[in-house]
Amino acid sequence: MLRFAVRRLLGAIAVLFAISVLVFLIFNVVPATNPAQRIAGKNATPQLIKNVEKEWGFDKSLPEQYWTQMKLIFTGEATSYSLAHINIDERILEGIPVTASLCIGAAIIWLAFGILLGYISAMNAGGLVDRFVTVIALIGISMPVFWLASIFLYYLTYKVELFPASGYEPLSNPGKWASHLILPWISLAVLFAGFYSRVLRSSMLDVMNEDYVRTARAKGLSQRRVTVRHVLRNSLIPIVTLFGLDFGVLIGGGAIITESLFNLEGVGYFTAEALGQQDFPSIMAVTIFGAFFIVLFNTFVDIAYAYLDPRIRLGTSAV
Amino acid sequence: MSDGASTGTAGGPLLEVTDLVKHFPIKSGLLVDREVDQVRAVDGISFYVNKGETLGLVGESGSGKSTACRAVLQLLKPTSGSVKFEGREIAGLSRRELRPLRREMQMIFQDPYASLNPRKRIGQIVGDQLKIQKVASGKELRTQVEGLLERVGLSPEHYNRFPHEFSGGQRQRIGIARALALGPKLVFCDEPVSALDVSIQAQIVNLLDDLQDEMGLTYVFVAHDIGVVRHISDRIAVMNHGKIVETGDADQVCEHPRDDYTKKLLAAVPIPDPRESRARRERTTAG
Amino acid sequence: MSAATEAAPAQPGAGGGPLLAVENLRVGFATEDGRVQAVDGVSFELEPGEVLAIVGESGSGKSVTAQTVIGLTRSPNSHIEGSVRLSGEELTTQSESQLQKVRGSQIAMIFQDPMTSLNPVYTVGKQIVEAIRAHDSSIGKKAAHARAAELLGAVGIADSERRVDDYPHEFSGGMRQRAMIAMGLALEPSVLIADEPTTALDVTIQAQILHLIQDLNRSRGLATILITHDLGVVAEVADRVLVMYAGKVVEQGTLDDIFYDPQHPYTWGLLGSLTRLDQPRPHRLPQISGSPPSLLRLPKGCAFRPRCPHEFAKCKEVPGLEARLPADPNHCDRCWLEPEQKARLREIEGRIGLEEPA
Repeated sequence: MLRFAVRRLLGAIAVLFAISVLVFLIFNVVPATNPAQRIAGKNATPQLIKNVEKEWGFDKSLPEQYWTQMKLIFTGEATSYSLAHINIDERILEGIPVTASLCIGAAIIWLAFGILLGYISAMNAGGLVDRFVTVIALIGISMPVFWLASIFLYYLTYKVELFPASGYEPLSNPGKWASHLILPWISLAVLFAGFYSRVLRSSMLDVMNEDYVRTARAKGLSQRRVTVRHVLRNSLIPIVTLFGLDFGVLIGGGAIITESLFNLEGVGYFTAEALGQQDFPSIMAVTIFGAFFIVLFNTFVDIAYAYLDPRIRLGTSAV
Repeated sequence: MSDGASTGTAGGPLLEVTDLVKHFPIKSGLLVDREVDQVRAVDGISFYVNKGETLGLVGESGSGKSTACRAVLQLLKPTSGSVKFEGREIAGLSRRELRPLRREMQMIFQDPYASLNPRKRIGQIVGDQLKIQKVASGKELRTQVEGLLERVGLSPEHYNRFPHEFSGGQRQRIGIARALALGPKLVFCDEPVSALDVSIQAQIVNLLDDLQDEMGLTYVFVAHDIGVVRHISDRIAVMNHGKIVETGDADQVCEHPRDDYTKKLLAAVPIPDPRESRARRERTTAG
Repeated sequence: MSAATEAAPAQPGAGGGPLLAVENLRVGFATEDGRVQAVDGVSFELEPGEVLAIVGESGSGKSVTAQTVIGLTRSPNSHIEGSVRLSGEELTTQSESQLQKVRGSQIAMIFQDPMTSLNPVYTVGKQIVEAIRAHDSSIGKKAAHARAAELLGAVGIADSERRVDDYPHEFSGGMRQRAMIAMGLALEPSVLIADEPTTALDVTIQAQILHLIQDLNRSRGLATILITHDLGVVAEVADRVLVMYAGKVVEQGTLDDIFYDPQHPYTWGLLGSLTRLDQPRPHRLPQISGSPPSLLRLPKGCAFRPRCPHEFAKCKEVPGLEARLPADPNHCDRCWLEPEQKARLREIEGRIGLEEPA
């Protein structure tokens, strides 16, 4: 198990390195224009461009450039010139609590509903309840996030004023924090809940036909215990994979639409800003930040996988 | 079966395997993989098959019989050793060099459900090799395939059907027709009846027997069921832990085994005769 | 006793009756292509300490019969008729939760493929503990765990104290089947149903598992239903045999009846197609031609008719399962041929077999 975890972590580091190189090349080498000028912004003075050139190492060789830029990003000294001279890393760090609040809350909702609906659907497979849940899930999957969020904002905050308009409130006031996040949570969770319920349904139907489920019934376990401990438990393995990937993407700044629409100044919001201003240092930092979380959660998934399915643990050490 | 004892035109055996070895490395290490050990799947086996005879290769799961089969056919690259077909060394030949030999050596697989492409029609499955090797095409191809289908006990009308429309026994017949399409000299049968019902097993065994007589085929018959192997084989090689522990005339090996493992294997086979098995039980409990 | 077992009168309840009595059991499934009668009027009785073998090929209904005994085939698509009584108590009318108390504790079942019959994500011990505590929650986890280790030892797993915490994939095939048997024995059931328990195992392992079942059968008086297609296995352990074909019992009798005086041509065919190591090999195996019928399109009359070389006019009527030998009222079959004809027709090259159709 230790060997497995160490190998996965080393693999993750290698992947991160590769991503950072790739991002560096895409942003600095591929475009034909002067990168320093792009960083300095549209109305930069020649002096500023010179400073940027020095700061970002454009006067040096490519490996040195890479090193300089990564140092800037990872030590928190990178400054955005287009976005009011803010410190990029600080801005990302400020965004993390917002993004985390949004993603963790939404994840709890989508996991709860995804698993519940998938379970109900699978247990009544082919029946009326299953068809009803299927329709609900398909509606959830097909509703665009921006549309759902706009509907919420218009009817529930503007027309009825059931929820506060938008923006983020710190967790120090939990009531206010939650009331500001409920609508974003739901908007973000609906798609995933629908999707996860479909995945769980088909996974459960597969597992129900497994021989060990028949064994569990033959030894006289209650129907509930059979479905929860044997069918559901084994069906959750694909859900874990999906969750790791989806959650990694979102927490790495992927909830761009939700954060922008609800005015939540998280990592996704910052990404939108950076993209809007074509601010390359920020985009680069956010991309590497996002990649970091995707790889991190992928590694967690692999390790969780080995925990959930003991065959994998031994499978890798035997080969 | 006894008329197959003549040893080829060239005098030597059709297939001669000498000291064939296939090891799979076991890799381990925290950071970098090192080869720490080997699985000696096939650990230096030698045997020969004469033209027109059937060699039975019998062993339990993990004995290496299937790996041996694949290594002989060069589907797996042998670690070392020599495989001679009609006196010519084929171990280590490139894919291209092996291609003409694929016409001469064919294989019948265990699982008639998994070994047929479900999206292809029977005619295509059986005729594909003929087409690829440019033996026949068009009308000629169809006539040949229909002839093959009839020969293995199917009907020519099955030409346009799909595999799922057939029972397990019929699918195995399709697999046999496919293997025989190019008129091979040597056919490897890898557990061809073990996935089939008892009554169908006998049909397939009889079919293989008939085809051997008609077409002068040579078989290597690989199976775990020593009863079936003894029925169809002229000679038997018993495998255990990657080695051949005993070879000899089929009846000789089954009636007077010399090796301890062969004895153990034979003693474990249930005898479908209640009085016999009672007597045997009493013998073993008394002894 | 009247000849027709099919229509046997209801047995008196508990006390003098058999341990397990199955009467005129019929199991039908609704499929996309129509209704399939997988089991069509099967009756048998099982006494304590007895080994009853049910022999047949795939689709004969032998596994469905066994699974229906403990209600595993219950589903919205299935239709079950007839009666299953355990010590006089009717099981088919019991609710699912009542049946759960019977499963595992009074009737245990083990299956063909030990590789897939244990849940890969729990340790072997945990799965045995689960079986014990499902029926007696007063047993603590620790005590149940100790009992699991003890059971594994009893079925011949060395170092069971340590191996009890292994996962199924760390066990070999034979060990897994032993673990399945240990799990089945955990609550000391009176009936063990073994559905092709050795088919997936190597022959040397098969012999060990069969001996284990035999030992348990003798030492604990465990009544056993052995489902198999392998007549060699039957000859080793069974006391009585049912031969099934296309959902019906076509012949039933003692072990010796079936092997030395078989009455049904299908039984002859099965015996003939065996490759026996204890006899000189025949030039050609007497095979059964054709393949088993689709349950959706059963032939009229005797279901074996299209494959039978001895078919005659009367075979268009369904033959009843009757004792046709005056001397032996417990040896029944479904074939219209006269006993003398049968004795003559089944001899092929000095052994029993089915003639090949011309």
